Amino acid sequence: MNKIGKPNLEIFADTLLDQAKINQNILVVTSDSRGSGKLVNFGKELPDQIIEVGIAEQNLVGISAGLSAGGKKVFGVSPASFLTARSIEQIKNDICYSNQPVVLVGISAGISYGQLGSTHHSIHDFASLRTFNNISIVAPADNFEASEIIKASVGYDKPLYIRYGKKPMMSIHSPGTNFQIGKAITVSEGEDITLVSTGETVQRAVLAGEILKTKGINPTIISMHTIKPFDNDILIKMAKKSKVLISIEEHSIYGGLGEQCANIIAQNKINLDFKILGIPDEYIVNGSQADVLDHYNMSPEKIAALSSKMLG
Amino acid sequence: MSVDQKFLEKKSLEYRRTIIEIIYNSGAGHTGGSLSCIDILNVLYNGFLEITPNNFTTIERNNYIHSKGHSVEALYTVLCDLSFFKKEDLDTLNAFDSHFIGHPTKKVLGVEHNTGALGHGLSVAVGLALAKKKDKSKKKVFALLGDGELSEGSVWEACTSASKYQLDNLIVIVDRNHLQITGKTEDVNPIEPLDEKFKSFGFNVEFVNGNNIFELLEIFQKVPFTADKPSAIIANTIKGCGISFIENEISWHHKVPTDEEYKKAIKELDEKLSKYE
Repeated sequence: MNKIGKPNLEIFADTLLDQAKINQNILVVTSDSRGSGKLVNFGKELPDQIIEVGIAEQNLVGISAGLSAGGKKVFGVSPASFLTARSIEQIKNDICYSNQPVVLVGISAGISYGQLGSTHHSIHDFASLRTFNNISIVAPADNFEASEIIKASVGYDKPLYIRYGKKPMMSIHSPGTNFQIGKAITVSEGEDITLVSTGETVQRAVLAGEILKTKGINPTIISMHTIKPFDNDILIKMAKKSKVLISIEEHSIYGGLGEQCANIIAQNKINLDFKILGIPDEYIVNGSQADVLDHYNMSPEKIAALSSKMLG
Repeated sequence: MSVDQKFLEKKSLEYRRTIIEIIYNSGAGHTGGSLSCIDILNVLYNGFLEITPNNFTTIERNNYIHSKGHSVEALYTVLCDLSFFKKEDLDTLNAFDSHFIGHPTKKVLGVEHNTGALGHGLSVAVGLALAKKKDKSKKKVFALLGDGELSEGSVWEACTSASKYQLDNLIVIVDRNHLQITGKTEDVNPIEPLDEKFKSFGFNVEFVNGNNIFELLEIFQKVPFTADKPSAIIANTIKGCGISFIENEISWHHKVPTDEEYKKAIKELDEKLSKYE
């Protein structure tokens, strides 16, 4: 039985509070988003280390850049949808181009906001930020990754974007697993088929793997928590020994994990059957995060069925 | 800090000469805006900022954000004079692989922040000023904005935070030259009443003749105008100031002088400079 943990967002907030208590140089900037970011407690415990700019995401990013230039370690926290679209020019110029090692935290990312609709979804963030020089992009899968990335981010000397969802996540990794930005985690290593996923869809890949095991299929499962810089080596290694590779992401099928996998497969002349699972180019169906992911063929059952079919 | 007014007036003429020269030689640049703001940069850098190549990499110092990034030739000119880099480096302006590109870049020593897209600098300046408050530093942050730039909504987002956090260490200077690339600011998209706007956003506001060294020396001695409030200085300037045929001409927003115009401009400036010998 898989153990269900907390929402990654809560883990983020708890870890950040722990880090900020021992490091007064850490500042958090919010845009009326401390509630959504689970930072109410942070605000109460460390009122001098939280800056509130109101509903003004461009200003949030610009101020974060300035605080960083002034020597502070800054976490700019705002819903991923607004942070990475409304403020995209500030991210491009004031963070990436100006090389300010701010940590931008996109909360309620992907389709976490489900029925609130496309205005609140961020299925564009990997694609848009990947094109910017000098930013790393991370989507933690479980509570372990959610906590490790915050610990790693405090000393990270480059711009960093982390996206968090809000649903409780299944525990995937055991404590003590090696976590490093830019290095994927191999959850299980099997034969013939590789399932590569990122963020909150990793648990779906893991559950699909359990279904496959009951059918005698032993898949390789990769948590590609870092979208940029991408762990090309692990993908090449696993793809080369697989007949089938399926990528699964809570993101548009354009410009995210899947297209990066396609890029690597093509440029390395790896011959295998490959499928990208993600949100297609259409008006997104209304529903909860779970319903929407299921609808777009990312339920564990559908992933397992697709895997079997592709293996033939 | 006491600086001699005549010394700075002469410097402004020399700076104008350099601006025209580097734009002419490199074949590109924002002539009008660089000439309108050069006196402000001159007085700030030579009279108040105390930013030097030696202290530039430290945190505990004043900051200057050149938010109207297109007027980069003015900034490069002043930084060059303050020995942040050599004149022969500046002479590579716009050349292939030069660090001296057409908007401020941190690859050039002395540039605080990469600007060029408008409406960004003030939020960054607010962040710097907030960091100084957290550090209990008495140092100040100056940000220069263009008047056309004030149509960017993000400028006013930044103003709300400056006011909320009572950033009396923040001084916003508007290079109010009344022109932008398309025409007069008040025709393109009116920004008046500008003083009322800043006041309503919680600033103390003063006007100055931004091309008058004496007035600039006086106004920067007075900042912050009151405790607990950010300061805004509306510096009325002339776009293209100091060269008769460039002044107030919309076409000179980013026009490069012809051989003839270059000679004429240098002649005008040299005649004025000769009076300081």
